[in-house]
This record gives sequence, C-alpha cells and structure tokens, in this order.
Amino acid sequence: MTAMLWLIPAALFLGALGLLAFLWSTRAGQYDDLEGAAERILMDDDGPIVDEDED
Amino acid sequence: MAALEGDQAKWDPVRRSDHPATTGDAGYPAREEAGAHVRLTDAAQGLKSLDLAVEGARCAACIQKIEGALFKMDGVKQARLNLSTGRLAVRFFGADERAGDFIEALDALGYPARPYAAETVKDAQSAEEKRLLRALGVAGFAMMNVMLLSISVWAGDGEMDLATKTLMHWISGLIALPAVAYSGAPFFGSALKSLRARQVNMDVPISLAVLLACLLSIYETAMGHGEAYFDAAVMLLFFLLIGRWLDVRLRARAGQAARDLAALQARIAHRIDADGHVKAVPAADIRPGDRLLVQPGERFAVDGIIVSGQGPVDASLVTGETAPLDLKPGGEAWSGMVNLSRPLTLEATAASADSLLAEIARLVEAGEQSRSKYVRYADLAARAYVPAVFAMAGLTLAGWLVVGGSPHTAVMNAIAVLIITCPCAMALVAPAVQVVACGRLFQDGVLVKSGDALERLADADYALFDKTGTLTEGKPALVNADAVTPEDLALAAQLARGSRHPLSRAVARAAEQALGPGAVADDVREGSASFTGADLAADVAPAGDAALEAWLAVEGRAPVRFIFADRLREGAADAVAALRARGLPGEMLSGDRPAPVAEAAAALGLERFSAGLKPQDKIARIEALKAEGRKPLMVGDGINDAPALSAAYVSISMGSAADISRSAADLVIQGDRLDSLVRARDVARASRSRMMENFALANIYNAIAVPLAVFGLVDPLVAALAMSSSSIVVMLNALRLARA
Repeated sequence: MTAMLWLIPAALFLGALGLLAFLWSTRAGQYDDLEGAAERILMDDDGPIVDEDED
Repeated sequence: MAALEGDQAKWDPVRRSDHPATTGDAGYPAREEAGAHVRLTDAAQGLKSLDLAVEGARCAACIQKIEGALFKMDGVKQARLNLSTGRLAVRFFGADERAGDFIEALDALGYPARPYAAETVKDAQSAEEKRLLRALGVAGFAMMNVMLLSISVWAGDGEMDLATKTLMHWISGLIALPAVAYSGAPFFGSALKSLRARQVNMDVPISLAVLLACLLSIYETAMGHGEAYFDAAVMLLFFLLIGRWLDVRLRARAGQAARDLAALQARIAHRIDADGHVKAVPAADIRPGDRLLVQPGERFAVDGIIVSGQGPVDASLVTGETAPLDLKPGGEAWSGMVNLSRPLTLEATAASADSLLAEIARLVEAGEQSRSKYVRYADLAARAYVPAVFAMAGLTLAGWLVVGGSPHTAVMNAIAVLIITCPCAMALVAPAVQVVACGRLFQDGVLVKSGDALERLADADYALFDKTGTLTEGKPALVNADAVTPEDLALAAQLARGSRHPLSRAVARAAEQALGPGAVADDVREGSASFTGADLAADVAPAGDAALEAWLAVEGRAPVRFIFADRLREGAADAVAALRARGLPGEMLSGDRPAPVAEAAAALGLERFSAGLKPQDKIARIEALKAEGRKPLMVGDGINDAPALSAAYVSISMGSAADISRSAADLVIQGDRLDSLVRARDVARASRSRMMENFALANIYNAIAVPLAVFGLVDPLVAALAMSSSSIVVMLNALRLARA
C-alpha cells in the first residue's frame, strides 16, 4: 500500500504536466491556423516567388 | 473570371490616398477607417501592423501568391496569412496610406480584402472559444485522474479497506471539485441566467446534476461510507464541453454577419463645392441638394438625379437587371449603382442614411429579427425534457417514502435520478450532427453560417429563385460568336479590353477563349448602333434587345453586330428539377424585365414567375407564402435580394453575390455551382434524420437508466458506464454523416 503514496502523486504530476502543455499550446496559438500549416509544408520557399499567370 | 472579380472589388475603392482628413461624424466610421486598423506598434522604428480579412484563399498556392505579392512591396516587413480564419497580418514601414495599396494589390490578384477590426464581435467569440477549450482541457485532466482512482476502487471492491477507499475518494474530490468549479462555470452561469428570466434550458438539469453529484459525494465521503460520484461529475462536464465547444466554434466561423453591411456603402463621395472645387467627403456628410461628381468605376454614394453628363451605369446588383442603364440628365440614380464609363454629376436627393442601400440594410435587419423567433430542435427537446425529469425525481422521492423507505434512501434515489438523467447525450445531439454536416458541406463548397440553418433548410417546402446572377450567370455573354469573323472579334476585343462596360468584358472574354492577341486597330469605332453609324446602314433591322447588342464599325466595311445574352448557369434546369423532386416546388422572382424572365422561366420549367419586382415586392411574396403556412427557401445574389434573403424561412446566396446578400443568407454557395443547392438540401435532410435518431438513442438510454435509478440500483460504476456510452454512441452516429 505504501507504493500508493508515491504512485498517486506521480500520476497526478504527469497528468498536470499534460494539462500545462495543453494550456500552453492553446495560449501560444498552436490551434489558430490548423489548415494553413498543413498547406505551408507544400510551399517551396527557396528562391523568389514569381507567378507569371497573374501578373 | 478572376479578373472580373478583381475589378468588381475595385468598384468600392478603399483608397486611403484620397481619404479626407478624418471627421468625427457619428454616422461615419472614421475611427474604424483610419485609426483602428493601422496601429503604431513600434514607435521608434515606425513599424505598423494591419489586419486584413482576405476572401477566397484556399490552398498553399494562395498563401504563396498573397504573401509573395506583399513581400515584393516596399517596406513590408512581414505578411502572414491565417488560412483558417482568412486573416492576413501585415507589418510594414511607411505612411498609413500604404494600407490602401496593399488592398489594391490583393484585389488585383483576385483576393478581395478589407480592413479587419480586431476588437469586434468575432474576437469576443474566439475568446469564448478559448475559454471553453481550456475548460475542456481541465475537465479532461480531472476526468482521467479521477477515473484512475475510481477504477482502482471498483477493481478493489470487497478487498480494499474502508480507510483506503475513503482516502481515494478524498483525493478524487480534491481533483474534481476545483475542476468542476472551473469547467462547469459556463453551464452554471447559463443556468442562472435562464432561471432569472423564469425559464428553464438544458443547462438547468445539467448544473443540478453536476452540483448534486458533487455535494452527495462530499457528504457520503465525510460520513465515511457509501459511494462517490466525482468521476461521473467530471466526465459529464467533459462530454458536455465537447458539445458546447463545437457549437461555439461553428458560430465563430459563421460570424461576420452585420459587420459586412457597412462595407458596401460607398464611403467617400466627391462633392462639388459652390466655388467649383471638388472635395472628397465622407458619404455620411452628403445632404440633399449637394452636387456630386461620380467618376467612372465609382459607386454612387447616395440616391440622386443626374444633372449633367450621360453614360451607362451598372445597376445589376440594385435592380437585378443585366443590361446597363443609360443615365441622362434628369434621370434617377440609386446608391449602390456603379458608374461605368463617363463622369456624371449628380444632385443628391437623399442623405446617405436615407438612401436605397441604407433602406435595404434596415429591411435586412428587420428580417433577421423575425428569424430569431425560430426555435431549435434542441430547445424544443429541452422544454419537454426538463419538467419530465423533475417530475420523475419527485415521484421517486414520494414513492420511496410511501413504500416505507428511510428518508435517506428516498433522497439518495431521487438525486440518483437527477444525476442519471443529466441530458449529456441530449446536449451533444445537435452540435455533433451540425458540425459533421457543416464540415461535409464545406468540402462541397457550401458555407453554412449557423447550425440551425440546416434544420430550417431540411424543413423548407418551397423554393424562390432570383434570376440574374443566381439562375443565370449575371453577366452578358457573346452569343453570336460564330457569326463574327475571328479578325473582327480580335479587333473588337482589343478595343474592349480597356473598358469596364459589361458588354466590352463579354467581348474580351469571348476573344480570350477563341483567339490570341489581335491586330492593331486603325480607325475603328465600337459601341451602340447610333454611335458607330450602323443605324444609318439601310440593310440593318433593329432586332432583339437593343440594350444587349453592340456594333463594330471599320472604315469602308459593313458594320458587324455582336449580340449578347445573360446565359443560364450550367446545370440550372437540373438543379431546379432536382429540388422539385425533393419537395421544393420552385418559383422565380426577378427584378428584370418581363421578356427575359419569361424566357428563362420557360427554359427552366418554372411555371410560376414574376418580373419587375422591387425588394419590397419580393418580401411581400415571401410573407404571403408564410401566411399560407409555407416555409420558403430563397436563393438570390443581388443587393435587391438581400431583404428577401433575410425575410425567408431559410436562404442561400451565391459566392459571387453582393456582400450584403452573403451576410443576409444562411448558406453561401462557393464557386456558384447550382448542384450544390441539391447537395445542401440532401445533407440537411440527412442531418435532420441523424438528429432524430440521436434523440431516440438518448431516450433509449434514459428508458434503461431511469428505472434503475428509480429502484435504487444505480451505483457510480453504472452511472459512469451509462453516461459515457450514451454520449459516445450519439457522437459515433453523428459521424456516420461524414461518410453517407
């Protein structure tokens, strides 16, 4: 039973760590632009961007 | 197409360069115009930041194009587009007037943009969204940890000694109570508010169940016996918060409504002062009797009478009529029309606040108020559910006392009934289905502005269509391209490219499709029959619609006639027929002249149609239908449709519609594909039946759980299992919509 004395605090500590990570991520705007990040990975950002069609 | 949209956006020029010194007039959004959007964030370096709302950005290529174009401009330090919200944050050096250049550059790319006021409604909503998300995180954390302890209590049943069990319960309580206080606040607040208004909503039984579960658990734990329901309380909150968060998120995305109304109003007018000087003034400062100069491409700020100048104006968004109107001195002009080719001088007959556009904005507001009377399915369910639950708890209490149970047992069982009947699954039914349905429609190019719009679309039983721009393309197209030689077409197109007249655009488009660049023009005239001299040629009979034809005269050759018509959209007849097959008989309401309306109605198989209608006439027709007990769906696009869109039971506008109409409508069809109408109706119907199934599932759960609670057979394990399984079943059933 003495194992519980450290198991329960350990579980709570790990859980709280997860909660803090989640609260940080909402505050830091990680969920603000879910679609943009997925599309940006497709962009080649080497070299200047020139679009002949639209100019 | 893109070029045309770009130009249309330019008709409403937000040019800061000719912006007058800001006046403090109450009716004019001076603060919004000049101050709020451009904020000095770093005074020392002169770095400024600007938020723009950009329309039409969808993919990586759009991000690249938009950000790339801005980076190429002088002094732009940072440009970042948020694809989810359509917001573009620009940081730049230089004068505030640069903001106008950015907007023009974006317009030229085909992405209409306008300043975005950061401190408006939408931010309050996103703050609420974040608050709910944090509450959800806290509830999730508490649920996991309390469940960890509860499972060990359940698993150790019979072996665990009472002291350990009580310790477990106290630890659970220490985690659960702060979490309930934080995460439950949105529900408690809403329940209090509704009780104060002497009403009951779903949040009343929810709050009661959560609070009673906590109080009961504290009591039992303190007494050192019995069961604790801390796990059930936090789990309830977790599931409920999912539903609440989905609901707010959906509303936040839809947002925007009333704010867009002002955007279309021409903000600047050019007043001719007594000394002959032309001065740019805010539209709100115009008084009846003022003389105004309206440049080509400019939107009329107020209603008035033309005093000098003559030329065509585009009235399609105002009247629904495709052909440009030719205005002469003495002719009436309405706010919202666009001057096409020559400067006109106007004498204002109404102040900006009394002009047609403002009048229409008022009609839209009135319509929106009447619509708010609509009761959502979920609220209907709440009205029946809440009294039933309280009656059941009361009967349980009385029943146990009658059969001779102890007061303690009776109270415990009555509380168990209240906890177990917490309408968790019930509260999830509508948001879950609506989010899935809206997500699916979004993929099909349909934006749904509110969840209950889908419920109303499913209930609609009559369809009203606008003609111009809705069932037709809303712009003239060259119909006799075969009769014109390629050389003449190229020549005409070369002349036409410089003009913003709809017929010129049609010629240019036809030439782009058929040919490459043409030859050099030499002594050529293009225009109406009288202008080109074609009416002098004896062999030409005036045929068809004079407003929709143009002539090309080349020195020494017979004039060439170009005939135009507003073509029906692709799939228009199919869409009308498909809607009829789905229980929505159609009718056409148009502001256009009778002949083209009758022709279009015949081509689409619509027996009922009316022409020459004013906005008020369209509303009258809708009210008449409503009085018959019908639930009319209105599909439209023009400014003249906006009041009808907001008055109808449910409304859909085209993506290319006027801003005011898009904000008045419940659904917006992107890409102007009419078959999306049919898709939207199908998805709305499917989501309604899914919702009904979900209500049934939630009731089956109650049918099983409530008798157990009444007879005192519920323990925390049963409560936790029953509640979580019913919520999960409801969500899974909603997800089926995504595949069907």
